[in-house]
Amino acid sequence: MLRALMGLLLLAALMPRPAPADAAAPRFVTVPGGQLVSSLLDGTRTVTVQMAPFAMLEEPVTEAQFAAFLRAHPEWQRGHIAVLFAGPNYLASWLTPTDPGDAQAARRPVTDVSWFAARAYCDSLQAELPSWYQWEYAAAASSSNRDARANMARRNAILAALMHVTGQRPGLIGQRPANVYGLRDLNRLIWEWVSDYGAMFPDVNGDVGSAGSGSVLRLCGGAALAFRDPSDYALAERVAALSMLAPADSSPFVGFRCVRKPGDSP
Amino acid sequence: MRSMIVLLCGTLLGACTLVAAAASAPSSLPATSIYRIPPLTLMNQNGQTFTFASLAGKPRLLGMFYASCQMACPVEIETLKQVEHQVVKAGGQPIPVLLVTFDPAHDDLAALKKAAAQHHVSAPEFQLSRALSGDIGMLGGVLGVSWRPLPGGGFQHNVVVALLDRAGRIIATDPANGRADPAFVAAIVREERAAH
Repeated sequence: MLRALMGLLLLAALMPRPAPADAAAPRFVTVPGGQLVSSLLDGTRTVTVQMAPFAMLEEPVTEAQFAAFLRAHPEWQRGHIAVLFAGPNYLASWLTPTDPGDAQAARRPVTDVSWFAARAYCDSLQAELPSWYQWEYAAAASSSNRDARANMARRNAILAALMHVTGQRPGLIGQRPANVYGLRDLNRLIWEWVSDYGAMFPDVNGDVGSAGSGSVLRLCGGAALAFRDPSDYALAERVAALSMLAPADSSPFVGFRCVRKPGDSP
Repeated sequence: MRSMIVLLCGTLLGACTLVAAAASAPSSLPATSIYRIPPLTLMNQNGQTFTFASLAGKPRLLGMFYASCQMACPVEIETLKQVEHQVVKAGGQPIPVLLVTFDPAHDDLAALKKAAAQHHVSAPEFQLSRALSGDIGMLGGVLGVSWRPLPGGGFQHNVVVALLDRAGRIIATDPANGRADPAFVAAIVREERAAH
């Protein structure tokens, strides 16, 4: 009996150890449909979008969740990933290709991932990156209001939070209340990849420039005109940050979350 | 394309992990080959299906489009026909063209057939195709093609046509905006000769 117990203990000791910070299962929450008046203009026209309901990850994808994805999909690990999909900065600060080396990995949003890798992660959940409109619609909500974008105090606080983190590692998820949909950390922690970010920046001819060209900055005056409210600096900064990136680039301030059809389990 | 399944088993406990080597991305392809995108299955205007990676082996022109597009995409297709014409005039052989729709929700087989007939292009030389499975966003990402559905219908998008060498590396790109660029034509002629 004792011997059997010892055997079991030995077996347990030899079992693969769990990742340093266990990844919580990603949780989707349903965002009801509604109307979005986008902050981005189409030329000089205001765009009103009828949003269908969708399910969105409650929080940005964490380092621990991304590490679990990398263990299951080695082709997306640093060192294995094709250069077409990720530059040299891809997860460069991680201790190993599958270990962020961060005691807070379960609560820290993953950043330094390319748009391709973010897409692949979402695909592994039978989900996808949100469109800009989906992200904008979800992020417009505060903890008490579905569209809090006009609230100047909130707007200034978002800008201040973004300024505060610039140059540092992103903070931890869940330090602030969720918004009315139950979503957290859309505005103040990081910038997030969206599926159609490359088509958000039409050039002067109305064509779409290529992603990563920073065309929104080159055409600074024109870019300012492309926002419905040019004084929403936090939003302009977010759009400008994304426009600087090619899809294979990664940034310490850009993470992501995923969306899928509402009602898909779990 | 050969598919390979490897069974990795942990010691003692037999914890096994199935590793399916991506059937569509043989390791012989260079790291910058566009055929390394996750598996994509396509259907052309004749209803023939094939995997994107099975196209490796020949230089070709690759772009994206959508069939109900009024302006940029018809110009793209007509420009590519001009480019091929110039390639022949320069003493080269035309190379195959593949355009993949970014509007698979509307571009069914009938729409592809209709667009091919309108522009007098035929497979396998000039294929208009839609994805049956896989993520066309990955293809757009590596090509530098972006699109965004507009609330009133249609897309905001750009046009990039890439000349791929036979391993799938991008040799040159062109906006295919109405003019057969002599430099692009010359690059095709060079690539097509090198492939022999």
